[in-house]
Amino acid sequence: MALEEIQLTKEELARYSRHIIIPEFNLEGQKKLKAAKVLVIGTGGLGSPLLLYLAAAGVGTLGIIDFDEVDDSNLQRQVLFTVDDLGKPKVTAAKERIEALNPYIRVIAYNERLTSENALDIFKDYDVVADGTDNFPTRYLVNDACVMTGIPNVYASIFRFDGQVSVFNYQNGPNYRDLYPEPPPPGLVPSCAEGGVLGVLPGIIGSLQANEVIKVITGIGETLSGRLFAFDALNFSTRIFKVFKDPDNPLTGKNPTQTTLIDYEFFCGIPQAAEERGQISEISVQEFKALLDSGKAVQVIDVREPHEYELVNIGAELIPLNTVTANAGKIRKDIPVVVHCKGGVRSARAIDALKTQGFDNLINLKGGIVSYIREIDPTLPLY
Amino acid sequence: MATLIIPTPLRKYTEDQATFSTGAITVNDAIQELTEIYPNIANHILDGNGKVRSFIKIFVGEDDIRSLDGGETVLEDNAVVSIVPAIAGGMSDMYQKIMLWR
Repeated sequence: MALEEIQLTKEELARYSRHIIIPEFNLEGQKKLKAAKVLVIGTGGLGSPLLLYLAAAGVGTLGIIDFDEVDDSNLQRQVLFTVDDLGKPKVTAAKERIEALNPYIRVIAYNERLTSENALDIFKDYDVVADGTDNFPTRYLVNDACVMTGIPNVYASIFRFDGQVSVFNYQNGPNYRDLYPEPPPPGLVPSCAEGGVLGVLPGIIGSLQANEVIKVITGIGETLSGRLFAFDALNFSTRIFKVFKDPDNPLTGKNPTQTTLIDYEFFCGIPQAAEERGQISEISVQEFKALLDSGKAVQVIDVREPHEYELVNIGAELIPLNTVTANAGKIRKDIPVVVHCKGGVRSARAIDALKTQGFDNLINLKGGIVSYIREIDPTLPLY
Repeated sequence: MATLIIPTPLRKYTEDQATFSTGAITVNDAIQELTEIYPNIANHILDGNGKVRSFIKIFVGEDDIRSLDGGETVLEDNAVVSIVPAIAGGMSDMYQKIMLWR
């Protein structure tokens, strides 16, 4: 809808009066917000403040995409949710919360995982994307899909006490691949298991991200396009670095080598059939290693065939996939049980099969023993 | 003296030191000095050929060293060298949940 056609009701004018009386912002800025369509990727730590502030500010259409459910361990930082939301799909709980906050905006919820198959189709309906995900494959997917659809990508990322914010693909500016051409291989950056995040940090960084979204929409001020903001919450240092367009960028460099979306899990070194994974709980091999090292009581089940077990094993109990339901009695229900196979697909099936027998403590090992050998113990033979 | 700023995810390899002072003349020399004193950080910054990894950015002041003279960039007195890794999120909630399982 053209800006001239945007009208604010009496209620909206009252609601947004603190915006409208700012000379640089005024009625035009508010109308731009109402006309804007913003897609927020992830409704977690960053998505929470982002969605709350963008909704409160009056962004007319908010898309939210996430495939997860609200879990009690989310509440340490994901301020969108309350204990009443536990077990609900995150996008459903988020939509309810946002609509309660601002009934004058439209919320579109996508209760699904963002993939190379659906990204372009979803993105094309939006003016701005705000990336609040927590993993590298989705970061690169969001970046590349933004480049291919020509949509600005307001980026924020957090880890422990560190936060980063930037604006990518805006007014011919650089994108994420100009900054980091390739993701770290799993295991080389501090792994998730060693990670964690200070609960208030996404509140700080997500709010800065919301500020950039509003600047991109309204055109006021100077965005972080071409600059990377870095925050260290431990010593309260803030730094701003210049980001330049890399001539070797595979999408937007001098000789682009990539023109379509790719398999980002593979790109990030996670060889796994994502579609097989469904909603099954899973942990990375780094987390698995940390779990074993922690001395925590845990049962490990290997669902491969005996000949594979003979080739290489990590000391797990062997219960081949086609015998798991018959051997369910051997699997404990009182402690966490990690199930693995070669690559993570059969173990996901085993977990699926056992769910009907009342197991709620089964965790799939992402990438299976192959990933374990590659990342944790390269002395073991690969097959 | 120039100062290297170690990002929090890599501080466990520098005995929790957030900064590293060096009299090195170039960025390469400064990183080499850092990795000699803290050998375990080397693999997280440099690849097998001694090149800075593609998910690590080195800035002198606010400038990416690739827009300067790369590893040969000369460090002025009081130069601040920032090592900035790609970051993508925190600990997965599943891991946290398992650790808290009773």
